[in-house]
Amino acid sequence: MEEFSVLIGGIAGDGINEAGQTAARLMTRQGYRIFMYYDYPSLIRGGHNFSIVRASSERIGACRDEVDLLIALNQDTLDRHASRLKEDSIIIYDADKVKDKVPGERSCAIPVTEILKEEQALPVMKNSCILGAFCRSTGIGWPVMEEVLRKHIPKRTELNLKVARRGYDAASEFCRIDKLAGSPEPIASGNQAISLGLIRAGLEAYVAYPMTPSSSILDSMAHWAEEFGLKVLHPESEIAVILMAEGFAYAGRRSAVGTSGGGFCLMTEALSLAGMAEIPLVIVMVQRTGPSTGLPTYTAQGDLNFVINAGQGEFPRLVVAPGDAEDAYLWSAAALNLAWRYQVPAFILSDKIVSESQYSLPSDLAAKAEPPAAPLLWDGQGIYHRYRHSGNGVSPLAYPPQRGQVIKVDSYGHDAAGITTEEAQITREMSEKRRLKALSLAAELQGYETVALFGKEEGKTCLLFWGSNKGVCKEVAERRGLRAVQMLVLWPFPEKRMREVLQGVERLIAVECNCTGQMAALCRQHGINADDLILKYDGRPFSPKDLELELERRGA
Amino acid sequence: MKPQDLSTAARNTWCPGCGNFSILNAIKAVLAGMDEEGYPIENTVLVSGIGCHGKIVDYLNVNSFYSIHGRTIPVATGIKLANPDLNVICFSGDGDSLAEGIGHLIFAAKRNIDITLILHDNRVYGLTTGQYAPTSPPGFKGKSTPAGSIEQPVNPLDLMLSAGATFVARGYSHGIDQLQSLFKEAIMHKGFSLVDVLQVCVSYFNMYESYNKRTYTVEGNDITSLVEAKKIARSWNYNDLNSPIPLGKFYQVDAPRFDQAFSGTGPLMAREDKISSKLESFI
Repeated sequence: MEEFSVLIGGIAGDGINEAGQTAARLMTRQGYRIFMYYDYPSLIRGGHNFSIVRASSERIGACRDEVDLLIALNQDTLDRHASRLKEDSIIIYDADKVKDKVPGERSCAIPVTEILKEEQALPVMKNSCILGAFCRSTGIGWPVMEEVLRKHIPKRTELNLKVARRGYDAASEFCRIDKLAGSPEPIASGNQAISLGLIRAGLEAYVAYPMTPSSSILDSMAHWAEEFGLKVLHPESEIAVILMAEGFAYAGRRSAVGTSGGGFCLMTEALSLAGMAEIPLVIVMVQRTGPSTGLPTYTAQGDLNFVINAGQGEFPRLVVAPGDAEDAYLWSAAALNLAWRYQVPAFILSDKIVSESQYSLPSDLAAKAEPPAAPLLWDGQGIYHRYRHSGNGVSPLAYPPQRGQVIKVDSYGHDAAGITTEEAQITREMSEKRRLKALSLAAELQGYETVALFGKEEGKTCLLFWGSNKGVCKEVAERRGLRAVQMLVLWPFPEKRMREVLQGVERLIAVECNCTGQMAALCRQHGINADDLILKYDGRPFSPKDLELELERRGA
Repeated sequence: MKPQDLSTAARNTWCPGCGNFSILNAIKAVLAGMDEEGYPIENTVLVSGIGCHGKIVDYLNVNSFYSIHGRTIPVATGIKLANPDLNVICFSGDGDSLAEGIGHLIFAAKRNIDITLILHDNRVYGLTTGQYAPTSPPGFKGKSTPAGSIEQPVNPLDLMLSAGATFVARGYSHGIDQLQSLFKEAIMHKGFSLVDVLQVCVSYFNMYESYNKRTYTVEGNDITSLVEAKKIARSWNYNDLNSPIPLGKFYQVDAPRFDQAFSGTGPLMAREDKISSKLESFI
């Protein structure tokens, strides 16, 4: 595997996320596949932010601990990341901000502040300057840099180019990031992919209250609202958010909401309403480190139990957990369609790593997601009953206005017409109707790849994981000849498919970013027992080395 | 269409003498009449919360969304934005909209979204059998305040005027003609309208005798004057048992509406190409 890792670090406000994305775009033009992790504390100015861009000949979803090149916009970056440097790592730094003399022949001091001053450039243009130096040091030709800046920096392009060229000229070549055969690919965050997947399957309204790490979905949707004909709202609370979305759905408009744990806590009462009233709805739930406010900008997989069990009473739901941006695009489209086909709440359970990391996407991805699938609609015959019984539990939908008909939905126990009742027999029948929907949904899901298989398919030792651990587990399994199984659908529990893909496994190792092994416990409830748990709960993702050390410790 | 055509087979479970019957009868007459006048009944969607008031949607053969406690307005907002041609009416209780859902109420007024809220204001929690409510007078002895409530009540009309509502009125369950005319005007009004209905709970806070003595209808007031409307609204703050209680329309003005600002949804099938070009722009 050809690969190259770059770390860019500075203070919040330096534009470290954008700088990382620019580096990613430079390297995708050399034919590499990208994964970029962005690490930032919960503050706006100061602190320490860094991006690690890992470029590889293979599709990847994790970062290594070591880097081949370190770009330091300040002293702090050098101090914090010294342990990531290998003997042959290159260091590029802002000579005006890094006060310690950087030893070694493979370092390059760029007088960034001086260049900006001379060119009368804005502070944020320091990234263009230092990335110009990055190109030169790694043998990426100037025309590649020029193309990226012209495409992605529409404002003050010429000045940015000038500053970048100064950086380019000030550096010297240390190595060459060899050009690979692959063609450049789109680079997107999981949140962008979720947004586009929902849009692909016919989303009409997105409603959200900002909450890290889900906020960039709201930002994207609002930015794209006019282009895609979306109605995008940011109301007074998460309680209003989910109820507005249910109002949209009642009137026949496909809606989704997005939040993180705390916001979802506020939504649970209306989640149960969606279950009882049979309102189709997509909830994007992006996990961060909890409990409570926790570590707002760091990752976790601590909300699986909560999402599967949230809301009073028993009602069907769908929970899908994409493992990267490609999964996010495809499964967001599927989740929206399934929510409407079964008139249930559907969760896209993401985490900070999937949502805020940047991933290369296959160039032909757009067409691969499901187009909008028509829900079961009323045929216009006879008297409309919103909750009419049917063979699969799904009642035909109709939306107001319908002359001569009424469409009544109800949070109370209700009869087929949607009128409140507390009759024992109707209560039982309606519970069974909802149960039937759950079974029908589970049956339809058997036609989906609810559980994905990677690595050595007949391996006796198997890593079992969900969400963003896909990247690290897939990579380590491939290297060590292990089987790797990713749960994409967590609820309804895909028991049949799980038994198929785990056939012949002698040692099952669950890998999760939580402290109790929630996925493993869910599997145990269905008779699938993990022999080992490898858990991480410090807010940071597993690196391949983290995982390999844990495996070695267990002799696996 | 006649008012009785809007009845359902659901058995009415309100207490005999409940003020909610007046609201039910008034809204039936208004909606049936509007259907005759070219406002088809199928264009109306009713949204209710939870409490005695909420049962009204079971008794009306009209499109409805029987929501949860305190949550009429966000549902109604979603419905209105999804289809601005619908006529969306919320029925809500004083506990419903002034306690659990007061944030939504303020935002509806602030947005001036074109929905109507009819507030079943009996000043007590009925369905939970008699606790003090946000509009109960100080000293109210309910099950949760046996020594008497020590809070000052909310004045919903004053609050709505301050928050930006563009139609504010008060009716009384003993004045069905006035209720009908206020409901119709509120529904026809373009913007957020609130009708506070002093709706008597015969079981837990029977104010018929008091209200009969004290209520009067305002006349000749300048409905476009916020200052005058506030003065009328504040002339009784729900906190005493003696002062006169004004009824009628206090305020009505035109203002830009939230629902006007949302453009329509684009055709769904044209999206694949747009997504391809979006991905292209990410390279």
